[in-house]
Amino acid sequence: MRSIADTQPMLYAGSQQRYDELLERDGTIRAHWDPLIKHLSKGGAETARRTVEMTRRLIIENGVTYNVYADPQGRDRPWQLDPLPLMIEAREWRALESGVRQRAQLLNALLADLYGSQSLIARGVVPAELAFGHPNYLWAAHGTRPLGGTWLHLYAADIARAPDGRWWVLSDRTQTPSGPGYALENRAIISRVLPGLVNETATRALTGFFHRLRESLACFVDDNNPPLMVVLTPGPFNETYFEHAYLARHLGLPLVQGQDLTVRGDTVYMKTLSGLKRVHAILRRLDDDFCDPLELRADSALGVPGLLGVVRAGRVTLANALGSGVLESAGWLGFLPGAAEALLGESLQLPSVATWWCGEKPALDYVIENLDRLVIKQTFPNQRFDACFGRDLDEAEQRHLIARLRSRPYAYVGQERISLSQAPSWRAGANVRLTPRTLTMRVYAIATQDGYEVMPGGLARIAAEGVVDIVSSQRGGGSKDVWVLSDPEAGAEPAQIHGTAANDALVGSGYRRHDELPSQLVENLYWLGRYSERCEDKARLLRATLAVRTNADIWKAARAECVRQGVLDADDEPNESLYDDEQPFGLAGDLGRLGWCATQSRSLLSAEHWRSIIVIQRHFQEAGASMADPLETLDRLLVSLTSLSGFALDDMTQDDGWRMLMLGRRLERIQFLASLLSARLESSEPMRQAELEWLLDIGGVSITYRTRYVSAPQLAPALQLLIFEDASPRALAYQWRKVGRTLSSLAVSIGAISDHELEAPVAQLSAAGTEGVEEEGEVGAERREWLAAALSELAAAAGRVSDRIALRHFSLVDRGVRILAS
Amino acid sequence: MSGVCYLVRHDTQYEYAGEVAHSHQQLHLTPRETERQQCLAHRIEINPEPSRRTEHLDAFGNIVTRIEFDKPHGRLDVVSDMRVQLAPLPELDLEEGEPWESVRDQLCYNAQSRTVHWLEAMRFRGESPYVRIKRQFREFAADCLSPGASVASVANAVMAKVNAEFRYEQGATEIATPLMDVLANRCGVCQDFAHMMIASLRSVGLAARYVSGYLHTHRPQAAATSEPGAEVLGADASHAWVAVFAPPLGWISFDPTNNLLVDQEHVALAWGRDFGDVSPLRGVILGGGSHQLTVKVTVEKSAEPAT
Repeated sequence: MRSIADTQPMLYAGSQQRYDELLERDGTIRAHWDPLIKHLSKGGAETARRTVEMTRRLIIENGVTYNVYADPQGRDRPWQLDPLPLMIEAREWRALESGVRQRAQLLNALLADLYGSQSLIARGVVPAELAFGHPNYLWAAHGTRPLGGTWLHLYAADIARAPDGRWWVLSDRTQTPSGPGYALENRAIISRVLPGLVNETATRALTGFFHRLRESLACFVDDNNPPLMVVLTPGPFNETYFEHAYLARHLGLPLVQGQDLTVRGDTVYMKTLSGLKRVHAILRRLDDDFCDPLELRADSALGVPGLLGVVRAGRVTLANALGSGVLESAGWLGFLPGAAEALLGESLQLPSVATWWCGEKPALDYVIENLDRLVIKQTFPNQRFDACFGRDLDEAEQRHLIARLRSRPYAYVGQERISLSQAPSWRAGANVRLTPRTLTMRVYAIATQDGYEVMPGGLARIAAEGVVDIVSSQRGGGSKDVWVLSDPEAGAEPAQIHGTAANDALVGSGYRRHDELPSQLVENLYWLGRYSERCEDKARLLRATLAVRTNADIWKAARAECVRQGVLDADDEPNESLYDDEQPFGLAGDLGRLGWCATQSRSLLSAEHWRSIIVIQRHFQEAGASMADPLETLDRLLVSLTSLSGFALDDMTQDDGWRMLMLGRRLERIQFLASLLSARLESSEPMRQAELEWLLDIGGVSITYRTRYVSAPQLAPALQLLIFEDASPRALAYQWRKVGRTLSSLAVSIGAISDHELEAPVAQLSAAGTEGVEEEGEVGAERREWLAAALSELAAAAGRVSDRIALRHFSLVDRGVRILAS
Repeated sequence: MSGVCYLVRHDTQYEYAGEVAHSHQQLHLTPRETERQQCLAHRIEINPEPSRRTEHLDAFGNIVTRIEFDKPHGRLDVVSDMRVQLAPLPELDLEEGEPWESVRDQLCYNAQSRTVHWLEAMRFRGESPYVRIKRQFREFAADCLSPGASVASVANAVMAKVNAEFRYEQGATEIATPLMDVLANRCGVCQDFAHMMIASLRSVGLAARYVSGYLHTHRPQAAATSEPGAEVLGADASHAWVAVFAPPLGWISFDPTNNLLVDQEHVALAWGRDFGDVSPLRGVILGGGSHQLTVKVTVEKSAEPAT
């Protein structure tokens, strides 16, 4: 142990009022922080600056975001992560772990009682008001019994450390605890910015933990099908959508929205490309009362009509069970010790922060008497009451509050304030130094067949600088990774063993990642393909056009084509049109739509694929903000867009979803190029050299042409290269051949009807050929018209194929679900 | 037992502009058995034939029928026929019974064991989706709260007040109209009258539940011709009223729309915390476009069964 005196000046002085995670009372560094502090002091200011910067960059590039409802600036805000982990020693963790495990067990038993015999209410152990007054107490779920008796599959406790060093529970998360995905992502980022340190400190790994959740959900499968489990999200507008997509990808489960699922009889199904597939378990991120518009909130379009009927029939596992949100109230805290005695015959290990539920007369009196030292909170989440510190109120406000408490006492609690502990965070600036920030920590437990298991780590949340006792992501705080050190006495690491053994078991039992994809997700992939290609085509068109700006021969026609395609506005300067996202068919708008499709299909994209789409958008926005030179922007854009097709080809599993994405790209390409060529051939003028060069440039085959023909471009060989050259991925022939093949594979894998729509126009095109298109006079004009008509028919046929795909494979995507009542 | 017999027909028709591809419906159309109400016969006929039909008891003891259609259909016709017998209300002294303050206090948590009757009542004293608990409702009920008065007499006063101060107007509100708007506008339909009374009672800490059912209406012209069966078909409607927990008398039913104590003219279907728990027919459809809803209710007095 070293004293603060002989370390670098970056340390801060400890606090007298709070527990300091890093420093002992005498200012020395706690032993378990030593390796980390040593590592930091080795690097010096430059390393520290780089670490902070790298953390920030990784967060942006990994697309870790948090939606802030109140933020007018837009939906997504980057997640805040402090590079310094919170260190927790093994002995301390053992106690915490045991307490959290017991609490999960207790709350599960309490849920079973509240939705069953209600014996605790009858015996007066817990108040009826807390259950029946809570909007998440679902009477419709009363009498249901989840498979295996597990109500709570995933539980989280928010805990904080008091000045005496003890951990206290601030609140329980029993509905859809958020944050585990952020915890995993935090670890991924921090182990990159502090390389080697995780191993050096023998920090326990998080990998494999949530796979145990997946395994335990799969236990209740009652048929011979491979278990199908899904993650149910309210959609991309939810504040933690990033995490829904992240968890789905991490667990290898499809990410679905309510309309991807349907109830038939007493079974819930996922709508897939190949029809309905039974769903065995749902990891839901959708609130209790939104889950079934038939029986619960009728104004919810997010849920799955009839889901409760499936639950009642015991035909699906919901994690967590419907109605589990009833325990999310500070009102319960004071009753948990009694409930633990009654339900488990044990005393509660982990104390809750002292809380007085005003529904009891003595508690109400106490709260009123001690208003100055308490926080007053609402009991139920649907009240509109902002928690307040009694001491912050003036006399009139206090009188008003007391009147409120007296009139509806059971709707309020008084809670003691905890002086939160503080931990060092890194402040980047001119000189990097450590500053103390107060913190709370969220710890997770999952239900397994062997009881509850606690994640060896967690999500620490730190208050914004200068704020001491309120920690909230919505209020601009940050987060920290939590490093739980290995227990030297426990020997091998339990989580690791479980993870490996479990994975082996999975391989042994023939478990495979489910390859069924919800049709809506595949529809989004299809459109992702179309928009990637559309952006690329339009960028090429625009770049080729801007390159001939000074060439009077072609500029007018080229610009007209851009206007026809909607890429340029007839009256605007090109760079204004380029960055204008209100232009309905403009590039800026299409890039936005590309981003939207990517968001919607994010759970299927690799981290790099997703990141590159984010980077494209960011660069384009930056270019727009500075009104950068359009040609330069387009050059950069094309490099990135071309890399997207690389991801599509090399970075994705070539399943039906991928086939749909590629189909989208190819059909888009055919429609774009065929209609462009057709339009140019139709114009009465035979094409001149400059126009041909422009076309070859748009087609992306200038270099091929030059190496092959050396001479200046001629119409017939140019068309040959753009249309019929089936070895060139840029040519139409290559694309239609691939479309045909993809449709045949889809016909086999999902029983699609093979589509012959393209055959006739292709035959017509081949018959037309390029012969004679260069002739002067009537003959040449006639040949060009013939070819133009065939191309135009091909473009139209590609559009029809697209419509058929939508009708045949995406028609299960419900539009127009309505709720009736009489 | 001496009693009155009724034949009730509740006919609900949905006509859709387009085809409905798939739908789930939940019906609360089976009469409840109570101390004074006996169901002699009951049948629900559904057209087209649902692909699936099941029944279960909900948490409040009502029979729920769930139906599902998996074939395209352009209309839905649900006819519920029932024959029930009602016994007369025994002599009641509304002034009798425990003072409302004492019942209010006993309905609160006191860390003691409770009997089933009190537990049952506690289900109906909190907030529910259609019935918020607000200061405004408590203030509305304030002048009905004579100190020491029995729960039944308080309820009677609240009923009279709702009936006197609110105007009954067909179509003035819809299901989604918030109760605070009803309070502000002072008009609504039977559902709103019932919710108003429940909100007032719960806001002062008493237990009240929502009862859905039918009311037999007298028609002078039919009475004049005195021909049996001359009552106008389909002129009745489904109805709603309020039951109040008034120990030791038990639950007593009040009809705030008509300002009367429920006796032998109300046929009860189901009860719950509010309309949302017991809506006669609730469904989610896929497709269908716009729809037209026709509800016809007929309540006829029938010959008493031989006893």
